[in-house]
Amino acid sequence: MQQAPVQPSRIKRPPSALYRLLGDRIFFAVILLLALSIVALTLGLGYYLYLGGSQTIQKEGFWGFLTGTTWDPALKLEFGIWPYVVGTLITSMAALFLSVPVALAAAIFAAEYAPRWLAGFINYLVDLMAAVPSVVYGIWGIFVLAPFLRQVLYLPVFLWASENAPWLAPYLGNPSGYGMFTAVVVLSSMIIPFTAALSRDVIQLVPAAQREGAYALGATRWEVMQMVILPYARGGIFAGAMLALGRALGETMAVAMVIGNGNILPYTLFGPASTMPAVIALELKEAVEDLHYSAIIGVGFYLFLIAFIVNAVASYLLHKLKVGEQRA
Amino acid sequence: MSEFEASANPQTGHTEILTLDPSLKTRLEARRVTVMYGQKAGVKDVDMPIYTHKVTALIGPSGCGKTTFLRALNRMHDLTPSARVTGEVLLDGVNVYAPGVDPVEVRRKIGMVFQKPNPFPTLSIYGNVVAGLRLVGIRKKSLLDEAVERALTQAALWDEVKDRLHAPSMSLSGGQQQRLCIARALAVEPEVLLMDEPTSALDPISTQSIEDLLTELKNHVTIVIVTHNMQQAGRVSDFTGFFLNGDLVEFGPTNLLFTTPKDKRTEAYITGRFG
Repeated sequence: MQQAPVQPSRIKRPPSALYRLLGDRIFFAVILLLALSIVALTLGLGYYLYLGGSQTIQKEGFWGFLTGTTWDPALKLEFGIWPYVVGTLITSMAALFLSVPVALAAAIFAAEYAPRWLAGFINYLVDLMAAVPSVVYGIWGIFVLAPFLRQVLYLPVFLWASENAPWLAPYLGNPSGYGMFTAVVVLSSMIIPFTAALSRDVIQLVPAAQREGAYALGATRWEVMQMVILPYARGGIFAGAMLALGRALGETMAVAMVIGNGNILPYTLFGPASTMPAVIALELKEAVEDLHYSAIIGVGFYLFLIAFIVNAVASYLLHKLKVGEQRA
Repeated sequence: MSEFEASANPQTGHTEILTLDPSLKTRLEARRVTVMYGQKAGVKDVDMPIYTHKVTALIGPSGCGKTTFLRALNRMHDLTPSARVTGEVLLDGVNVYAPGVDPVEVRRKIGMVFQKPNPFPTLSIYGNVVAGLRLVGIRKKSLLDEAVERALTQAALWDEVKDRLHAPSMSLSGGQQQRLCIARALAVEPEVLLMDEPTSALDPISTQSIEDLLTELKNHVTIVIVTHNMQQAGRVSDFTGFFLNGDLVEFGPTNLLFTTPKDKRTEAYITGRFG
């Protein structure tokens, strides 16, 4: 085949130095602006939450507002958010502990053991679970889970305790079906997909060379899993759990629908409680007093702080856990 | 290698060499080994003896099936759903593909070193070496310490790391990592060590140190090494098999195969006409 002669006219002149310089500058300015807008948005959010809540925070004191155990918007206008802080942390942590083993098992099964069609089906369901709106989980909690738990768990235990161990009664709470434990179960089902999807992805990303190295030493499938795959993937699994925790801390609707919305410091998993997002959602529309209104925004500010601290700790731990190719 | 000089006759096959050197024993023997990937054959009907305490090199151009054949020897193809192996691989007379033979047992006896160093990044140097021993349930510290020193010494790494055995394995250089992987494979005292282009990811100095190591190592273990580097095969091996398009074209003592190849294709390859 004859080679076509090179036509100089068709070759573009290289862009001028000025054009290249400006192009770089403009691109840099644009991405800098967009990146800074995230910083500004975050700082601005924190600042305005503080500003909105400052009236009550100043009245109760920074620590007093956090650690006060009375939330009384009606008579005394006294605001302490500790019951909600505790409710938020306990429900989130408990949901995390309940969901991680299930999520991890699903991820390991889908990534390593299941035949391809079954793995695909499981992965599809996991992704679907993440896409279901939280209010739907709340409805499921109200109409299915709460009556079910009441029937098979709360009521039998309550009846048994009132006969045989009356001293247990206060810890069991009212056998209504609504309470912290129901919220924990709903919440843990909601956050399973976050840990499961991320764990599955990092398990699949463990290099084949790592697996083969272990198999070649005479490891069984389970030994390869614990010797190589889980240690290699631990950073990603942890990140998945943290994502789930973040989601649990901020979850509002589903929790508000089933937790029973008590405003005292919870002393048992089986009684009513409330969480910070739930109290914001439920009381904001009803706040008439300035102080109450400001207190609710203050709850938002402290929730922001908690999320900030959890994220900071998580990213520090993630850095520690990361398996890098880099030389030490 | 004078025992082979006597048979430096182009007409002489390797079976005759065997009779000339009665001290040669067969540790591993491939009989009509075929590996199919779906409908495509990776290697076809390969017969090859692997002699005890010798280095056997597998050479050939890319895609010729040498690595595929190597991985058939310790049942690594079991891990690839699409791969199917037929034929027999006899380890000391026992077919490793026979029903009832546990692939986990096979891989404990036939160790493997890979193309790229693959130490376990979450484990220390020490942890990597004892990984295989811990799998067989050895927990006693004195035994593990002993095995670590022996394996690292055999892998010519001991002097470089003895003061930092608990440092992360990823803190080592590439060549050191590969020697660590060799030590990891040696620690479980395999009978055969399979090496899949173990120096292809390394610089010349690290390559040299691993080649030197092989000459020493064959006193303890039978070695099969895949290499795309003919010079390397010539330097380190006692026997060489030349693969082309999934066939074992020629097998024989390295010096004979390189000086007086029987097959035209072998000659073409070793004189650099292709590959």
